[in-house]
Amino acid sequence: MARYDSLLDACGGTPLVGLPRLSPTVPDGAPPVRLWAKLEDRNPTGSIKDRAALFMVRAAEESGRLRPGDTILEPTSGNTGISLAMVAKLRGYRLVCVMPENVSTERVQLLRMYGAEIIFSPAAGGSNQAVATAKLISAEHPDWVMLYQYGNEANARAHYETTGPELLHDLPTITHFVAGLGTTGTLMGTGRYLREKVDGIQVVAAEPRYGELVYGLRNIDEGYVPELYDATVLSRRFSVGTRDAVLRTRQLVEVEGIFAGFSTGAILHAALAVAHEAVRAGQRADVAFVVCDGGWKYLSTGAYGGTLADAEEALEGQLWA
Amino acid sequence: MAIEVRIPTILRSYTGGAKVVEGTGDTLGDLLADLDSRHAGLKARLVTEAGALHRFVNVYVNDEDVRFLGALDAKLNDGDSVTILPAVAGGAFGFAAAAAIAQHGAATAARSAVAAR
Repeated sequence: MARYDSLLDACGGTPLVGLPRLSPTVPDGAPPVRLWAKLEDRNPTGSIKDRAALFMVRAAEESGRLRPGDTILEPTSGNTGISLAMVAKLRGYRLVCVMPENVSTERVQLLRMYGAEIIFSPAAGGSNQAVATAKLISAEHPDWVMLYQYGNEANARAHYETTGPELLHDLPTITHFVAGLGTTGTLMGTGRYLREKVDGIQVVAAEPRYGELVYGLRNIDEGYVPELYDATVLSRRFSVGTRDAVLRTRQLVEVEGIFAGFSTGAILHAALAVAHEAVRAGQRADVAFVVCDGGWKYLSTGAYGGTLADAEEALEGQLWA
Repeated sequence: MAIEVRIPTILRSYTGGAKVVEGTGDTLGDLLADLDSRHAGLKARLVTEAGALHRFVNVYVNDEDVRFLGALDAKLNDGDSVTILPAVAGGAFGFAAAAAIAQHGAATAARSAVAAR
């Protein structure tokens, strides 16, 4: 289908494309091992988060939590904010984003272009300051609606109802699903659906391992695991460092012509790991992985060119996924 | 050969500031016991009194989460690389704001329930 009543109706239904050059070579007579990329950058604002944003807003409308003209408060500078800004604009809501003042100018410009208002929390105070800012705003505006993607079942349901069925339809022989682990919504929703439908499906998580600066202040006694996360949905979970994520992101565009962000590189790294294991075991594998977004928003990092060491240094301290 | 263990900043007070230490053990549990003999107190930060990995600690063997490899019973081999990290989800800002939002979400849900009556 190529005609839609509105942009919101064009959410999802993304292409699944084979990667004939990056898929591992198997010995003569061995069963094929193939990689498939789900191009989520083809969504209306260019990322997989459009699915979750649309489902979360619809669920809040249906439950009566969100009424015409209401204000949505979203404390993120990432793709969810951009997706929500688009959905809010088209559905008639005001969106206020809270973000640290040290985020990239692309993010600020994109959000403002889509009509979001931005409240900056001081970068100097780090995460403690961000918590304080979020608490202050929520106390001052109790009528503002927070969709809370980390614990919102509609986030995971978006993928249970759309991403999962799309994958199974396009690739009935799927053996592995590989995606990024952030709010965990993609893996929980798609993973649950595929586990119900496909015997022996492997649900594989790739989480970014940032530079030390990001973890520096993190106290292990006050950690955080999203409410949506259910470890029993996953088969395996990989931690992918900055260097591997950059290497794979570059490989994806150089070898297969797919220009993606760095979180996709981390996911590809895990997908290649399970694909090569299948080759060693002599097993057939159809490994589908998620391309979360395009690389445009990350060009200013400079990490697409130069040496890997330079790229790693450029991303040190940044939340690249 | 031994097993290389990467220590997060927050736990380097136990390793004299060292980012990477070495240890031995057939399982992750054995390795942590071995490390604790030289870096006293480290194990207690990672393992609960009930003998499970602390909820907010992630441990990876060769980049794979040990909770899917048998947790403290995960098998180790010489030359393996073990990484210890605090659990971080959805980026630092999402992480930071999550607690505040959860409280707010509970409050609005309660208010909606009252309004619905």
